[in-house]
Parts: sequence; structure tokens; C-alpha cells
Amino acid sequence: MDHLMAFLSMGGKGGYIWPAYLIAAVVLIALLVNSLRSARIQESRLAALRQARRGIPEDDA
Amino acid sequence: MHRFANPTRFLKVANAIFPWCAGITALLLAAGLYLALFHSPPDYQQGETVRIMYIHVPSAWMALFVYACMAVSSAVALIWRHPLADLIAKAAAPIGAGFTLICLTTGSLWGKPMWGTWWVWDARLTSVLILFFLYLGYIALVNAFDDPTRGHRAAGILALVGVVNLPIIKFSVEWWNTLHQPASVLRLDGPAIYPTMLWPLLLMATGFTLFFVTVLILRVRSEIAAAKIRNLQLSLAQG
Repeated sequence: MDHLMAFLSMGGKGGYIWPAYLIAAVVLIALLVNSLRSARIQESRLAALRQARRGIPEDDA
Repeated sequence: MHRFANPTRFLKVANAIFPWCAGITALLLAAGLYLALFHSPPDYQQGETVRIMYIHVPSAWMALFVYACMAVSSAVALIWRHPLADLIAKAAAPIGAGFTLICLTTGSLWGKPMWGTWWVWDARLTSVLILFFLYLGYIALVNAFDDPTRGHRAAGILALVGVVNLPIIKFSVEWWNTLHQPASVLRLDGPAIYPTMLWPLLLMATGFTLFFVTVLILRVRSEIAAAKIRNLQLSLAQG
């Protein structure tokens, strides 16, 4: 437990070090999630559009 | 080059390397974080605070590298009219902005304990802030037109004009008196940094680079799909 506390306090500078790592993690994960989501959405929209065009006549176009 | 300008061929190559990029990114970042947080020694002057370096410096390199990629793609798109180059530049911009934001905030968190201030208006910090605004300006401009072609062209020109900022950022610490320390790794006489610090730094930097490639592939995929959707809707509207 003492080891962990010493590690987290980082010689008293943990208040600067951990937020730096946290901000980097948040920004990178947000980028990744946003990019994954938009790729999935656009590609499924494209697939749906192509299917609609091939199958049913363009009543919704 | 023309071979890869074909979106279908691009998607084939991109999808083949995607899982590798994603996997190696995870491994490199895990190893880099382990070395950075547990294995590397505290600095003899800066103490533990030096661990911010393993995030700050690689993200600063990426901020410049991604901008250079964006500018080259924009130039290719403007000169040779490769539609894929436009999509790559557009896809890269938010990733570069993200790395610049990380660089600025971690730098601020490093500046407070070391310099006694969150921010100073010196040459290095100000020129990186301008880089951040260039990214934001590019993103705003590329989305500002109904006709994507016009947006790509206007934003591409902005990206090329902004290139002048890159050497200013790199050499600002030599040209002007700044609070920011000069380069320790990318210097002519070799890195002035111990291997125990250099290794986690290089691992994080390579990890960030592959992270960029991974996310770029995802974003270009969604841009290609969006462009195809536009074309399909256009052809539907024209009957």
C-alpha cells in the first residue's frame, strides 16, 4: 500500500504528472472512438443505399 | 503514386494493414508506458516531473509530423487533383489537432512545477498555439462549403500557407531566447539523453505514429464512404 501511495504521489509531483497522462488518454481514446463510429455509420449508410438501389424501386429517393 | 490514388486499391491495402497497425500500436504504447512510469529514472534536475516528457515530446513531434503529412497531401491534391489526397488531408486534421492539444496541455502541466507558470508568450509556445489554430482553421474551412471540392481547395491552400510555421516551431528555441529548453534528441551531434529515457521516448513516439496511421485509415474509410454516398445520391437525383 505504501509502495502504491509513493508511486502515485510521484515525489509530490503526481498532481501534475497524472493529469498529463489522463488528458493524453482522453484525447486519443476520443479520437479513436469517434473515428470508429463514423466509419461504421458511413459504411452502413452506403451499404443500405446500394441495397435500396439494387432492390426496391426508388420510391424513397 | 497513381496506383494508390484509386480508392478501391487504397481500401484493400488499408484494410490489410489495419489490424497490424492497431495491434502494434497497443503493444508499443503498453511497453512505452511501462518503461516511462516504472523503469525510467527521475531526472537529476527535474525529479519525477520529467515523466511528462514521454507524453509531451512525442505528441509535439506528431503535431508537426501530421501537419507535414496534411500539407503534402494538400499539395498533391491541388497539383495533381487526386481526390484521395484531399480525403487524406481532411482525415488527418483532427488527429493532428488532438496531438497539438495534448502537447499544449501537457506542456502547461510541466511548465507549472518547472518554470512556475502555466503559460508564457514565448516563441516556442506561441508558435505551437498558432499550429493548433491552423488545424482548427483547416477543419472549419474544409467543412464550410456545400461543394466539398471547393472546401478541399480552400483548406488545402490554408494548409500550404501554414507550412511556414513548421520551421519556426522547430528552430524557435535557437532563434529566440525562450524559456523552453532546446532539442535533446533531434540534434546534429546525436541525442543528449540517457538510453533509459530515450527508449520509452522512442517507443511512445513510434506508438503515437502508428496510432495516427490506425485512426487515419478509419477516417479515410469513412470519408471514402461519404463521398460514394454523395455520388450515389447525386446520380439518384438526376435519375
